[in-house]
Amino acid sequence: MAEVRVERLVKAYGAARALDEVTLDFPDGGFFGLLGPSGSGKTTLLRAIAGFVVPDTGRVFIGGAPVENVPVEHREIGMVFQNYALFPNMTVEENVAFGLVVRKTGAAETAKRVREALELVQLGHLATRKTHQLSGGQRQRVAMARAIVTRPRVLLLDEPLSALDKALRVDMQIELKRIQREVGITTIFVTHDQEEALTLSDRIGILKDGRLVRHGPPREVYDDPRDPFTAQFLGDANLIEGTPEPEGLRLSDGKLLPGLKGPTIAVRPESLRLDTTEPTAPFRLRARLQQRIFGGAMGTCIIDWQGRPLKAVGRDADFRGLPDAGDVWLSWPKESTIEFRANA
Amino acid sequence: MSNRFLAHLGRAYLGLILFFLYAPILVMAAMSLNASEFYQLPFKFSGEWYDRLWNNREILAAAGRSIWIAVVVTVIATTLGTAASIALFRHDFPGKRILQALLFPPIAIPWLITGTAMLIFFFGIGIGRGTPAVIIGHVALALPYVIVVVSARLASFDRVLEEAARSLGASAWQVTRAVTVPWILPGIIAGGLFAFAVSFDQFVVSYFLSEPGDTTLPVLIYTSIRKGFTPEINAISTIIIAVSMGLMLLAARFTKFGGDR
Repeated sequence: MAEVRVERLVKAYGAARALDEVTLDFPDGGFFGLLGPSGSGKTTLLRAIAGFVVPDTGRVFIGGAPVENVPVEHREIGMVFQNYALFPNMTVEENVAFGLVVRKTGAAETAKRVREALELVQLGHLATRKTHQLSGGQRQRVAMARAIVTRPRVLLLDEPLSALDKALRVDMQIELKRIQREVGITTIFVTHDQEEALTLSDRIGILKDGRLVRHGPPREVYDDPRDPFTAQFLGDANLIEGTPEPEGLRLSDGKLLPGLKGPTIAVRPESLRLDTTEPTAPFRLRARLQQRIFGGAMGTCIIDWQGRPLKAVGRDADFRGLPDAGDVWLSWPKESTIEFRANA
Repeated sequence: MSNRFLAHLGRAYLGLILFFLYAPILVMAAMSLNASEFYQLPFKFSGEWYDRLWNNREILAAAGRSIWIAVVVTVIATTLGTAASIALFRHDFPGKRILQALLFPPIAIPWLITGTAMLIFFFGIGIGRGTPAVIIGHVALALPYVIVVVSARLASFDRVLEEAARSLGASAWQVTRAVTVPWILPGIIAGGLFAFAVSFDQFVVSYFLSEPGDTTLPVLIYTSIRKGFTPEINAISTIIIAVSMGLMLLAARFTKFGGDR
């Protein structure tokens, strides 16, 4: 087990910077989610920690020691690849044993650890199967077992669940979290699925265009995203713009939101309330309900405010008294307002 | 109507091709089993020519030499060719495309020209004629075939598997041995069979590079035909054809030339 640190990491491909001065600490034993749109550099960062990508400048530390000159095979990492990369010519147990065999671990010790790893991922009964006979979820588990059997210092997961269908993905998220807790290994994983990142990680980092935009515990980042990109990328956010005035933020419809600085604020869809009569809340807007989408327990309202589409999400029961379309009042509690840093 | 006519025409065309390809071979095989030395009919079965062949020390010696040269060539060409294919697959380096392009002309250049060029060159650098020269020449001819076949197999290899192996602590050599080679093994076997066939069936280059009295089987067959045709030649040719076709069918199985299965 070890903490990982990257320091001012830069990697350019031609004119494009896949990593642009990224400095980040991955705490020992933590589950760290790297999140960002495609091309944001999250995979490059993971591959730089693994050693597959050689950074142009900057440093990578594993367990406090610099590893720039340590090749992949000596970094003592475990990695799970997007399509699992199981060896097709080997059985499940041969796949899992591979890392021990190349380390010339004794036969008895190898057999014991392979059995333990397969039991950890609940695949003990499939040890002698060929990998092509397995389902997607089972392959995922084999890949996990193979990556942790060598007791690596860091576990790197590259979009580990993206090849699975939705229901299985949710199961595997719980499973991944359980395995990581049991093994207690420092884990860094890359995903473009924000829900997955929020569910699994105890810390997240958000990348955009090769830069680290924001990092921290998921709840903290979600509640205080600090910039519009993070607000919209992590969860959903309704952005509202106005003109700052001494007593508050003046919106384009003339309404004043007292005490807010602006010029841009955000409100999460789940914080928005809809009413047909004017509410007493200080933050309220007159808007037009365009569409109500029934989604089972939860419902979504599409609202037009000053030509801008806004979204409200809530229990369907909360929206029951509303017309299908027409003028409504929007309001939200003061503490649900997301304000950004002045220069964001 | 015209569709059916075209279908018939196509079948007739295919029949003609197969006829001209295989009829001479079948006739030769039949004559190797005919008692008459002068191809007289009616056909009378006889194993005499195979008996005579079995006692012909010259032919047996040449056949033995051909086989061991082919084996040596196969081992060298397959090893070098596989290593070259993996290197070309893994690495990007300046001049790679030129190098790859340079691998193909030897397949297209007439062997007569290659043989002449090799003879002149080998005399120039002091290797001269003889078995070493034949082996070097055959390896040079067989190498492109091996590289083409092995590279074709490598094209379907998922590189992430090598990364996975490295992440698990495998050295470059361990990755190659445990992950890459098992995947391309059918290609290596097919390439080896090609190399064997190129060497074993090789006439022109062997003719130029072997020393008189120390020749390979195809060269011996050619020189004996000039002296006078005997049904023994039919017998040995029939055996060669059977072996060569067997090898090619094996190679086809491994490369799936004829599509799947």
